[in-house]
Amino acid sequence: MKLVTAIIKPFKLEDVKSALEAYGIAGLTVSEVQGFGRQKGHTEVYRGAEYKVDFVPKIRIEVVVDDGDADGVVGVVVKAANTGQIGDGKVWVTPVDQIVRVRTGEKGPDAL
Amino acid sequence: MSAAVVPRITAVHIDGGDTAWVLGSAGLVLFMTPGLALFYGGMIRTKNVLAMIIANFATIAVVSIVWAVVAYSLAFGPDAGHGLLGTLHLAGLAHPNQQVAGFQLTVPPLAFAAFQMMFAVITAALLTGAVAERAKFGAFLIFATLWVVVVYAPIAHWVFAPTGWLAHRGVLDFAGGNVVEIDSGASALAVALVIGRRRGWPREVIAPHSLPFTMLGAGILWFGWFGFNAGSALASGALASQALVGTQLAACAGLLAWCGLEKLRTGHATTLGAASGAVAGLVAITPAAGYVNSMAAILIGAAGGTISLFACSAKFRGGYDDSLDVVGVHGAAGVVGTLLVGVFATKAVNPGIRYEGLINGGGHLIGVQALAIVVTIVWAFTMTWVIATLVQRTIGLRAAESAEIEGLDTALHAESAYDFGNTRATRLGS
Repeated sequence: MKLVTAIIKPFKLEDVKSALEAYGIAGLTVSEVQGFGRQKGHTEVYRGAEYKVDFVPKIRIEVVVDDGDADGVVGVVVKAANTGQIGDGKVWVTPVDQIVRVRTGEKGPDAL
Repeated sequence: MSAAVVPRITAVHIDGGDTAWVLGSAGLVLFMTPGLALFYGGMIRTKNVLAMIIANFATIAVVSIVWAVVAYSLAFGPDAGHGLLGTLHLAGLAHPNQQVAGFQLTVPPLAFAAFQMMFAVITAALLTGAVAERAKFGAFLIFATLWVVVVYAPIAHWVFAPTGWLAHRGVLDFAGGNVVEIDSGASALAVALVIGRRRGWPREVIAPHSLPFTMLGAGILWFGWFGFNAGSALASGALASQALVGTQLAACAGLLAWCGLEKLRTGHATTLGAASGAVAGLVAITPAAGYVNSMAAILIGAAGGTISLFACSAKFRGGYDDSLDVVGVHGAAGVVGTLLVGVFATKAVNPGIRYEGLINGGGHLIGVQALAIVVTIVWAFTMTWVIATLVQRTIGLRAAESAEIEGLDTALHAESAYDFGNTRATRLGS
């Protein structure tokens, strides 16, 4: 099994979620995160004092899939999240040793 | 009203109690606009809440000055002819000791001008709800400046000034069913159409980020509405008391009507429904508060809450992003209240009126009320469309797409409303 992790622009979440549902994934986890890559942050001003906000708000999506689906899921996310602008994000794939469904105790691909 | 009227210089008999009430009411109505900022700010996303709040505060600043310089005189100056517009006789708040044409004020004319100033402010501020999350800050203020002169002041003259052509025909609008509510509703529709829908609307969920904020704002609006309606008696006596009681009962009836209906329709009474129903009830009683008795006020408030509940879903069928339902709440409940004045108005409450409503046997009043509604909608919609298009085509009313995606707070104002973490910013140049 593989864990597909994607960092995307917040306003692209709806598109990515819809595309993944259409692909047939069984579930996903979303968190609001912040960070930086090549896209720079912005400046804020409070009573004349300037502050540099380095970290840009992003969305992290995590999906665990069968080995054979990893490339497909990556392709779906990349296509749906792409705007062509800097800051579109990253997608990476990592191996997953084990997965258990808490309610039933099912293990491996059955738990997906 | 035909030829230009030479202003008569009459002394104003000043009553201390009346003056205190009208000045206090000016403060109450002023407070409604910061309340509106919270009411609206809670209904939008975290990334745009400051843009909404500053738009409302800056509208207070811009409209107050425009009012003092020119708009007050256009609305309440001596009639320039045919009841269409005031002259510039009072521009710059000149002649502060001279009786306002057509009135028998017992308060200093400046107290009246200040009280009416707050009405112009909140009516313009209501339009921030139609352009929420996508309007440019400076462009909106320019739009608001033109709007107060071209849309608000003429309608205020026609309806509020006794020399205005609609008032002359017997139209009754106690505190702004036409001038504030229908006016803002029709204008909201026009400016929402010109500026276009928010990105993603209505496909994406654009949900309120803080309903507690919205409820606080609704509470401030409700509180301020006592000044709005009871202050419109322009005196501190029995009529103000009736208007205040009617206002309270209508708000309560509106709240209960909305919550009851949505419970029946969706299975839940919601906090946003409670706020919306109370405001719709307040809107509906606005034109009527000084003309109808307390039981009629309950019916009018309930009618306002009921009609608004249905009117708010029209934007999805019509495809216009009136983001915070200025049309559905202020427009629809304003029409209901203005028509129901034509049903329930009675000399028992207000001996000063010329025509009574249907239940007292008069059919004339509801006819002129309907005329005022049509005239207000046509003028407000058309002229707002023209002004908004002018601003959009020249400096642009709508923010850049990148600013809309990032959020107007950081993109336009270089601030964030909420910072709950410790990892966000570093100070520059220290």
